Amino acid sequence: MPESVTPLDGATCSGFVTIKDAGLAGMILLRADLGDTDVVSALQGAGFDLPDPAELVGELGNGALWMSPDELMILCAHDEAEAIVATLAEALSELHVLVANVSDARAVFRLSGNGSAVREVLAKLSPADLRQAALPPGRVRRTRLAQVPAAFWFASDDEAVLICFRSVAGYVLELLLKVATPGSEVGHF
Amino acid sequence: MALEGRIVSRRLPKGGRLIDRSRPLGFSFNGKEMRGYAGDTLASALLAKGQVLVGRSFKYHRPRGVVTSGSEEPNALVGLGRDGSFEPNVRATTTELFEGLEARSQNHWPSLEYDVGAISSMLSRFLPSGFYYKTFLWPRAFWKHVYEPAIRLSAGLGRPPRRRDADHYEHFNVTVDVLVIGGGISGISAASAAAETGADVLLVEQASTWGGRAPIDGVRIDGLGAEEWTGSTLKSLQSLPNVRMRTRTSGVGIHDHGYVLLHERLTDHAPDHSVPRHRLWKVRAGQIVAATGAIERPLSFPGNDRPGCMLASAVRDYVVNYGVAPGERTVIVTNNDDAYRTALTLREAGLGVPAILDARQEATGPLATAARDAGLTVRPGCGIVDIVGRDRVERVQVCSQDGDGEVIDEIHADCVAMSGGWSPAAHLWCHAGGKLSWNDEAAHFAPDPARPPTGADGVAMMQAAGSATGAMHAGAVLESAHAAGVAAGQALGNGRGRKHGRVPEGEDEAHHPMEPVWLVPARAPYAKRAKSWLDFQNDVKVSDIELAAREGYESVEHVKRYTTLGMATDQGKLSNINGLAILSRELGVPIEEVGTTTFRPPYVPVTMGAIAGEARGELFQPVRKTPIHEWHDANGAHWEPVGHWRRPYAYTRHGESVHDAVAREVLATRSGVGLLDASTLGKLVVKGPDAARFLDMLYTNMMSTLKPGKCRYGLMCSENGFLIDDGVVARLDDDTWLCHTTSGGADRIHASMEEWLQTEWWDWKAYVANVTEQFAQIGVAGPRARDVLNELGPSMDLGKEALPFMAWTDGALGNIPVRVFRISFSGELSFEIAAPAGQGRALWDRLFEAGKSFGITPYGTEALHVMRAEKGFIMIGDETDGTVIPQDLGLHWAISKGKDDFLGKRAQEREHMADPLRWRLVGLETLDGSVLPDGAYAADEGVNANGQRRTQGRVTSTYHSPTLGRGIAMGLVERGPDRMGEILEFSVIDGEPIRARIVSPVFHDPEGEKQNA
Amino acid sequence: MLILTCPYCGVRCDETELAPGGEAHLKRFGPGSSDEEFEDYLFMRANPNGVHFERWRHVYGCGKWFHAARNTVTLEVYGTYSAQVHAPPQEIRDAVSNRVPGWHWKDES
Repeated sequence: MPESVTPLDGATCSGFVTIKDAGLAGMILLRADLGDTDVVSALQGAGFDLPDPAELVGELGNGALWMSPDELMILCAHDEAEAIVATLAEALSELHVLVANVSDARAVFRLSGNGSAVREVLAKLSPADLRQAALPPGRVRRTRLAQVPAAFWFASDDEAVLICFRSVAGYVLELLLKVATPGSEVGHF
Repeated sequence: MALEGRIVSRRLPKGGRLIDRSRPLGFSFNGKEMRGYAGDTLASALLAKGQVLVGRSFKYHRPRGVVTSGSEEPNALVGLGRDGSFEPNVRATTTELFEGLEARSQNHWPSLEYDVGAISSMLSRFLPSGFYYKTFLWPRAFWKHVYEPAIRLSAGLGRPPRRRDADHYEHFNVTVDVLVIGGGISGISAASAAAETGADVLLVEQASTWGGRAPIDGVRIDGLGAEEWTGSTLKSLQSLPNVRMRTRTSGVGIHDHGYVLLHERLTDHAPDHSVPRHRLWKVRAGQIVAATGAIERPLSFPGNDRPGCMLASAVRDYVVNYGVAPGERTVIVTNNDDAYRTALTLREAGLGVPAILDARQEATGPLATAARDAGLTVRPGCGIVDIVGRDRVERVQVCSQDGDGEVIDEIHADCVAMSGGWSPAAHLWCHAGGKLSWNDEAAHFAPDPARPPTGADGVAMMQAAGSATGAMHAGAVLESAHAAGVAAGQALGNGRGRKHGRVPEGEDEAHHPMEPVWLVPARAPYAKRAKSWLDFQNDVKVSDIELAAREGYESVEHVKRYTTLGMATDQGKLSNINGLAILSRELGVPIEEVGTTTFRPPYVPVTMGAIAGEARGELFQPVRKTPIHEWHDANGAHWEPVGHWRRPYAYTRHGESVHDAVAREVLATRSGVGLLDASTLGKLVVKGPDAARFLDMLYTNMMSTLKPGKCRYGLMCSENGFLIDDGVVARLDDDTWLCHTTSGGADRIHASMEEWLQTEWWDWKAYVANVTEQFAQIGVAGPRARDVLNELGPSMDLGKEALPFMAWTDGALGNIPVRVFRISFSGELSFEIAAPAGQGRALWDRLFEAGKSFGITPYGTEALHVMRAEKGFIMIGDETDGTVIPQDLGLHWAISKGKDDFLGKRAQEREHMADPLRWRLVGLETLDGSVLPDGAYAADEGVNANGQRRTQGRVTSTYHSPTLGRGIAMGLVERGPDRMGEILEFSVIDGEPIRARIVSPVFHDPEGEKQNA
Repeated sequence: MLILTCPYCGVRCDETELAPGGEAHLKRFGPGSSDEEFEDYLFMRANPNGVHFERWRHVYGCGKWFHAARNTVTLEVYGTYSAQVHAPPQEIRDAVSNRVPGWHWKDES
């Protein structure tokens, strides 16, 4: 099997923050009744905890992201996704759920640097409230980044993870680079 | 007519709190090299060089000079910069001087001093308000050839830039608790008070410096001079973690729910293309404090538009802030005490003040007394009846304010400082619905605290502070500002029960009451009223408003549009109240009943660049790329936008035209094998116990009867019955379907599925997932397609029996996990192969490599379209336009008769949908083999109700078919399928009609032998 | 620029993160309905000056449709609630009544 490639193909660029391809990431879409204890225990059986609304447990590569009241994004290693899909599908086979491997559908960026600078870069493109109190590490915001949908969260005070659809990876990379032009720091956050 | 050489305005030997005399800056005006100082505005630097005449008015091209010292400036508009940095209509009064600044005056030809257009000034009595409406109506034919070209030549303010903007711009979104707009002493005080409650505060000021007017007016706060107090208060604000401050940032619009637009100018004062020039702040504020100050009003006296007539406060500003004397001898004309400050300031600077003409019968307040004590002549009950001088003030004719304009004295002067009182800058208050109330004593409209703009929670989202409330004394100003800050913080639940800091104590001179004066002199005859300007930029005079009123205009909004009062770039900041007052007098109703016109954003002009932000050039729109995009790009792809996607239209080889490339691709596919990137096709997984029932509602066909492993072509209609999308549906297992949509339809159809599931059939158990981007999809089509796939060692049987037409299978191809669908949009033996997007490019490369020995030919969307048209397959967006039902397209076979309901079924039962005269799909074959123009209409006999030629059909798809060597087309024709063999005439623009025969839309392989192979 | 709180994910959404869906609580009429019923369902929409119930989708977020009760004149938002109800729930009706004395839901007399 040929190696999978990411849409960003390993790109790293720097403005007043560093923008980096986060590499291959396993992502599994699960649509199910998240209030159903059978769903929760099947998840736990596969090694994943249920996040609170608009939050993330774990991290890229091993975690679960709350997408909507009946949708989770399970984060795992890219090459383990198929096996986890099979495990979950088996464990949930009696329930009304939809499990799909969507590991190739998105691009993932890591934005790092000074934490307030990272918030600034996002604030130039998204209407989300980026104040620390509104978006502390662990909280996920699905929102709009310029003209495309995106989701981001702070993995730590100084690093954000940003996800967008694969087809617009180039657009998002150019956007981020543009607004991170050195000299255009706002100094707001 | 040329301007005489005598300098009338000049730089004073000392003074100027904002300028740095050790840093001279070179700039040019109309090509003339000049020098100013760091800290100057373009206006102050021009005045310092004696440049009193700075432009010409819009309608009469009258000479115009600087009137104000701020963003309300109507006259001093210039073209700034050159080439990619050129900007028209820039206010010289807010333009900070920088080294190398180039400015040009506007609205004149051939030169500022000698302007041919000024002739219209002499004709002004023939150009009354409503002139355009009245004069150019007849004769009708003259409009197009005479009036419009002439008006267009002279219309427009300034000239548009001709080059692409060399700068870039950005947006910035922030959420704050309290936004304070205005960085004068009120804004600073309100921000301090709000910050003390614990709220997050953003304080913005439009100028480059803080403190507003207070330092100029000699205000003292807590025993300190206003400048000193401002400095120390800002310092303590800076140290607070919950306060942020920006200068050069204007509040331009207050919108619903606390959404505020701010316009920040980053590099206008120091051009630098490497960083954004402007930043548009999109603020979501919990509470807004408008500390926007007040704007002085001109007085309406004859000749008040002469260069040299300025607002009294502006005269003071130029002296104090920039060390510039607007004139040697300045006559003050006023109806209030504030203008006396200007007299005293001028006197202190050693400049002449020959008279203070006070319209009031008595002038005995502390400031008037101080003026008299300083030896100045105060003439109560007086006004100005005319200004003598052509391009600037030379002599002032004095009259009695009560009279009809008899000249009682004439004074030599080169500057007139006028003050008609102050109006709170309440514009922002009104943007989102705040109301004003009329204050008789101060003769102004002020924000009505009882009727504020309200937010999402239905309570006040805005507080006015300082002189924006109408407060005119430092003490009251600071008190209201502090209260506004506290109220804003507390409204958000901050700092309740906490002890609040002391209100700063302000002191300045007490004022005696002003006296509303709307016309000088009070009984000025018509000839004088026709020389008393209200709107300097648009040339609206007192007599114009009177004429509008006489002609029956009563609504202030109508008068505004009829006379253009307040419709210039300054949006009536100076003229609004004066115009209302004239109208109210003419109509005989109180001003508060006349009301104001509607204040709309933006408060000050915002550059288009700032509005566009990052969305320009490559980033104008998102471009969606498939996993195989780079290959196409490297192999001659001629791109076609499909929604936001880019798809190869055709791949041109060296020296080949696009048309030839399309023909080559079609023939190669039909005779051998072609390769298509079909990744953009929408892919929606629908799963659940009710998925079958759900799909039966969405599609006109029956999807529940589809067998796992099989595919079915399906149609989707809107509730209105019209065809909206089509595609192949595959049943993956008992309760799972994969629905393919059109490339442009994936998001729309996904959204529509979610909408029905969430809002209508929420008890149905079905989940939808949009997996469009998870998969690359590659079409391999042509007689040798199976051979190519077999080269890659498939793990599954791709033979005719194992995988017949309209079946699918999973497996591996070239070691890549794939799902193979036997579906065909070309009419050939065809496989569509889906693989994980991350391996899509690898699959493409392997297929291309494996196909080489079969002459595999990548083909683009145009070849795809030609081949589908040869087969008579419809295309959403070509054969459909939102008014076409499947029955029009001969797709009855895809509309289930066995279902009680599906989306669109009820609509298709409407009478008109069964009309036998509906236009229906047919093939069209030109008699001469040529290609019909797209969209061409077939003419019919007779004319319709509008006297237009009747039509009986139109072309929906038309191509040159390389397979048939002739033009083919599809079209919708009245009773089309019943008229096989008939010949229609299609109209062609500027050419002979083309004759075409009605035929079957299937031009190629009607039996489908090839696709079933 | 409206700000509406998505009742599903709790996010205070900027209007640009939402897609509007027009009047809420419409009843679908399909095959078997009269021309008048069908016309009402398909085309006739309330456009009040005042209290209004609307459908919105949190399209740049959790993707869920929800309902908003708001005032088209003052832009006050009385509340947002589930899209999966046929009429505004009692707490929403109370919230409106508290602010607009005399108002009542169309099905109540």
